[in-house]
Amino acid sequence: MSDAGIALSTVAVSTVAFYTGWLCLLAASAFFVTAALGLLRFPDLYSRLHAVTKTDTLGLGLLALGLTLLDPSWRTALILLLVWLLVMASGAVNCQLLARYNLEQDEQDEEDDQHVR
Amino acid sequence: MSAELLPDMTLTLLLLIMAWGALYAPQRSDAMALFIAFGVVVALIWARLDAPDLALAEAAIGAGLTGVLLMHAARALPDELHRSNRTATYWGALAFAVVASLMFLAHLLTDDSLLNAGLLDTDSDVTPSLRVLADANVADSGVSHPVTAVLLNFRAWDTLLELLVLLFALSGLRQLFPRESAPDDHATSRWPESLALMSAWARVLAPLLVVTGGYLLWRGSSAPGGAFQAGSLLAAAAVMLRLTGLLPALRWSSVWLRLSVVAGALFFLSVAAATAIWGDGWLTYPAAASGLLIVSIEIFATLSIAITLSLLVIGEWEDLRS
Repeated sequence: MSDAGIALSTVAVSTVAFYTGWLCLLAASAFFVTAALGLLRFPDLYSRLHAVTKTDTLGLGLLALGLTLLDPSWRTALILLLVWLLVMASGAVNCQLLARYNLEQDEQDEEDDQHVR
Repeated sequence: MSAELLPDMTLTLLLLIMAWGALYAPQRSDAMALFIAFGVVVALIWARLDAPDLALAEAAIGAGLTGVLLMHAARALPDELHRSNRTATYWGALAFAVVASLMFLAHLLTDDSLLNAGLLDTDSDVTPSLRVLADANVADSGVSHPVTAVLLNFRAWDTLLELLVLLFALSGLRQLFPRESAPDDHATSRWPESLALMSAWARVLAPLLVVTGGYLLWRGSSAPGGAFQAGSLLAAAAVMLRLTGLLPALRWSSVWLRLSVVAGALFFLSVAAATAIWGDGWLTYPAAASGLLIVSIEIFATLSIAITLSLLVIGEWEDLRS
């Protein structure tokens, strides 16, 4: 391949990365908006947790991917990957803790009701 | 006007909403959650203002630790303490917010000193004179990060007093706990089912927190970071491990514990006294040793801050008089 060809393909790659990056960012913000809507509109704790954690995980992942594509370097990519993994793991753990605690409370309340009867 | 104005305005608006919510939310738990969110927004604003040191400290202490302390205190309080006339406070808050915003806007429009001082327009060359002064002298301070140079050399006195404030806060808290109130067992009793998950996660997170804390402490001399940020991360690790029962109780009767609480202030004071007696005056470090002195002070301060902050949350309040 000639020099001009290499230069052209580099330009093409960076353009594709730019648009894909922005597409990822847009998709991420759509996910965050969905999560916020779900948090506000869903009736009980479990479905709210579902909305927040699922979309949050994917949204943050897309955000990290988009930012990496816009500023491609191994350092940025690695840091963003670490951030994503940490937030994802702590989100999952927090979701489980909240849900299990709520479940225990519900069972406790049911037992109390039966005792009253 | 620039594209950066939009996120800045959003952050400012968020800050006002969070502050209003934290003050006037009808439920105490909502108010506390909003206060924590308020701390996060403040941290983001500090980051936007190019003050990562403050952003780190605000996120760790203002949002994280204060939030834990608030929740801790709220559990001990009866619910009916938090009753207020809702409509009256709403109208009062709204009036306050409107008047304050109008006054701020009026000030911005009539007085351009903020613009002239380079506080609003980041592109201008005008830097605050104190910053020029700090940047000019940073080479003589023993560290390369201007914020650390200010905190531990030029204005070391302030940092020494901050450590003492922390010490007084802890001793004040100790007075608040009466003798007969048995220290409730923080661990194990509260979350029987979910404890396994929590302690597994704590085992993963604690080493990460220790590494990050050590990194922030070490990096503090050349980049944003330092004793308070590192100390609060270590404290977070200790609190988490204690809550899940992985860490033994921090007993006040232990000499080592009490020594660690005062170690930072003690070492700082010794340095101050030594420089006063053999050197050029209070906290005027000898130029050759200033780097080493600053790092040593930061290490001892980190230890004290970590232990003190953990004790504020998970301390065992034994009475040692008997």
